[in-house]
Amino acid sequence: MPKILSKERLAQNIVQIEVDAPMIARSAKAGQFVVLRINEEGERIPLTIADKDPESGKVTIIFQEAGASTCYLGSLEVGSEIKNILGPLGTPAHINKVGHVVVIGGGVGIAEIYPAIKAYKDAGNKVTTIIGARCKDLLLSEAKIKSITDELLITTDDGSCGRKGFVTEILKEMLEDSSIEINLVYAVGPVPMMEAVCHVTAPAKIKTIVSLNPIMLDATGMCGVCRVTVGGQTKFGCVDGPEFDGHLVDFKELKARLSAYKDKEKIASDHVCKLAHL
Amino acid sequence: MPADRHKIPERPVADRIKDFEEVALPFDLESAKAEAKRCIQCKKPKCVDGCPVEIDIPAFIKLVAEGKQDEALAKIKEKNALPAVCGRVCPQEDQCEKLCILGIKGKPVAIGALERFASEQPSPSIPLPEGEGSTKVKVAVVGSGPAGITCAADLAHMGYKVTMFESLSDSGGVLIYGIPEFRLPKKIVRTEIEYVKSLGVELLNDVLIGKTLTIEDLFKDGYKAIFVGSGAGLPNFMRIPGENLLGVYSANEFLCRINMMKAYKFPKYLTPIKIGKKVAVFGAGNVAMDAARCALRLGADEVKIIYRRAREQMPARIEEIERAEEEGIDFHLLTAPTELFGNENGWIKEAECLKMELGEPDKSGRRRPVPVPNSEFRVSIDTAVIAIGNKPNPLIPQSASDLKTEKWGGIIVDPATQMSSIPGVFAGGDIVRGAATVISAMGDGKVAARKIKEFLNV
Ligand SMILES: Cc1cc2nc3c(=O)[nH]c(=O)nc-3n(C[C@H](O)[C@H](O)[C@H](O)COP(=O)(O)OP(=O)(O)OC[C@H]3O[C@@H](n4cnc5c(N)ncnc54)[C@H](O)[C@@H]3O)c2cc1C
Ligand SMILES: Cc1cc2nc3c(=O)[nH]c(=O)nc-3n(C[C@H](O)[C@H](O)[C@H](O)COP(=O)(O)OP(=O)(O)OC[C@H]3O[C@@H](n4cnc5c(N)ncnc54)[C@H](O)[C@@H]3O)c2cc1C
Ligand code: SF4
Ligand code: FES
Repeated sequence: MPKILSKERLAQNIVQIEVDAPMIARSAKAGQFVVLRINEEGERIPLTIADKDPESGKVTIIFQEAGASTCYLGSLEVGSEIKNILGPLGTPAHINKVGHVVVIGGGVGIAEIYPAIKAYKDAGNKVTTIIGARCKDLLLSEAKIKSITDELLITTDDGSCGRKGFVTEILKEMLEDSSIEINLVYAVGPVPMMEAVCHVTAPAKIKTIVSLNPIMLDATGMCGVCRVTVGGQTKFGCVDGPEFDGHLVDFKELKARLSAYKDKEKIASDHVCKLAHL
Repeated sequence: MPADRHKIPERPVADRIKDFEEVALPFDLESAKAEAKRCIQCKKPKCVDGCPVEIDIPAFIKLVAEGKQDEALAKIKEKNALPAVCGRVCPQEDQCEKLCILGIKGKPVAIGALERFASEQPSPSIPLPEGEGSTKVKVAVVGSGPAGITCAADLAHMGYKVTMFESLSDSGGVLIYGIPEFRLPKKIVRTEIEYVKSLGVELLNDVLIGKTLTIEDLFKDGYKAIFVGSGAGLPNFMRIPGENLLGVYSANEFLCRINMMKAYKFPKYLTPIKIGKKVAVFGAGNVAMDAARCALRLGADEVKIIYRRAREQMPARIEEIERAEEEGIDFHLLTAPTELFGNENGWIKEAECLKMELGEPDKSGRRRPVPVPNSEFRVSIDTAVIAIGNKPNPLIPQSASDLKTEKWGGIIVDPATQMSSIPGVFAGGDIVRGAATVISAMGDGKVAARKIKEFLNV
């Protein structure tokens, strides 16, 4: 069974773990994710591959303790085994040389953009990265991102680091600045953030890729719970995505579908907290 | 004059709709013997022509009649590795029992129930075929459904070093994630998987071929032949407005949450499911019956089957349709949904349907349903399950560009050998046939194992 090899708490409720998964580490590409199940009773939860090391066979995952399963995962110690991990899933990001790419990460999405930044850089693009979080403590992987991006811009909701405000404000200013040409925007973060980014880039007709996080079950194209409407067509988030052209995504439907189990999530998290003495 | 056909015992409706325990019970020894004695032991048994794997039906029935249950099982196992499964889920009314000579004037012998009876005992160990030592040659089997299990077991018998790759953490394919416990106890499937492993087959779960490893990787890793039995796991949707409303499930999602993730034990098991009071299942195959009967067991007040064709055209097994009816599932035939409507939170609340009538026969020979003009009406529902069929999962063909497929996604094989357009890559079961049956998947797995041996020539 796959083992947790390391664990680090990056912020109050954000945890990074490395899992022993050699086959996944060998084949993972930017934009892909895994699905894992902690134990027999566990759910299958999708998590982005934040980094990988084909040599040592390690896969890095960074997650926010958002509810029952992620809190439980966060309570496991180094050396613990989980029931299974499946991947790499999803269609890898289509990385080309386009010129100037603006990569935007919000919230726990900051932790998920590293592979994309690296891939866009490796393809010969100039990469500007904008990261945004509620406060300074939640700015994840800042140093790691800084080491590879051409430029790093930071916003926090409370102004404790970088600009006070949202990532979209910086993006808007960049668009208004005629000396800056942007060829592609790539955004990962909370749904409202991705939607706001698309609102900003749509009038300027700048292609915008978003990485969607619909509810998933098998994540191999078998159940269709992950369906999202893109350009009026139903797509499966787990196999056709998770990355889509943000200007075509029906965000309203996505938000509704993400709320399907709200009441059950509360029950599940109470149950897990009791079990794990959290 | 032969005696009347013995009916297989069933649990009373009031009990069985409260839980997921098996509905049909095995014959007791006396009824089994009596039913077996109805068989007139035809010289040219028609029933065998109807059996996709050519079980020597009169021979095993004779052994049952003589009270030799274990010998009967061994006789079946000469041809069929999964009698406990097939005795329960094969559509015998379309196969062996359809052709049974007694069926002309009366009722056919209950071959399926007798097969199940014979299987109700510990498996006799099957001796390895004579003269086939072990080779070091590696063969990969993709998928652990009935096609994969059968192929892997036969290849292991032949002495190959077999690795079976399965993307899910539970093995057994549809037998595990699709068909519910009340029709096929999971213990039976697990026993069969353990048996395959005991033959030396290595089982690697959580490997998605096409993503974790490709067909090309498998050849590079030293596998000399590959059997693809990845099934038809891609759910069809109806393509009508409102299908992405909350509370609308594909049958695969619905059954996976229940059978594989045990959502009915929430929150002990963390995967949730929401089943309302008024459930509509669209479709009338085995999958639809299973979904409807699961919904009932999970507390729905009313469960409807909505189907656009007529009763005789329902593809589900007759026995399962009858059981669903007994349990109170409400059948709305010649009715087709046209649109689903939601409430202000995006949850389904109504389905608009049209009445249909039967017109001219279509390509399949079935009379085509045509809409009755101005017959729209609305049904109030709070959960919908779409069970209108599955297509082959495209992941493997997409990741192997030389692999030729039909327009609808099935892998194209040479029917004589089960070999695909890539030399050394064989395929069978639902990935080739589209959603079909357990027994045909097993038959394909068997043929493929034999042809792989010829291909490898070692
Ligand atoms: C492709 C993809 C990649 C993701 N990558 C990351 C990541 O790198 N880091 C991270 O912190 N989170 C990631 N997520 C989100 C993560 O999967 C959910 O936060 C997690 O499943 C929540 O489970 P829970 O039981 O802890 O919380 P719950 O209380 O069950 O849910 C919290 C919220 O998460 C969403 N959610 C619930 N169940 C699922 C499910 N089965 N699948 C998807 N979303 C669900 C719902 O919107 C829900 O309101 C990703 C999601 C997807 C689809
Ligand atoms: C609800 C339901 C009820 C049914 N009832 C009956 C019945 O009563 N009688 C009957 O005869 N038939 C029935 N069927 C049909 C029958 O189950 C199938 O025809 C049969 O299981 C097909 O077998 P298979 O081995 O081809 O595929 P499957 O049983 O579908 O198995 C395929 C396996 O391959 C795995 N897989 C898929 N892709 C990959 C990949 N890329 N890498 C690794 N693994 C992969 C899947 O996870 C799965 O475990 C029913 C089907 C369903 C869904
Ligand atoms: S056709 Fe019927 S009666 Fe004849 S051998 Fe087969 S089961 Fe017996
Ligand atoms: S999660 Fe099941 S099809 Fe995408």
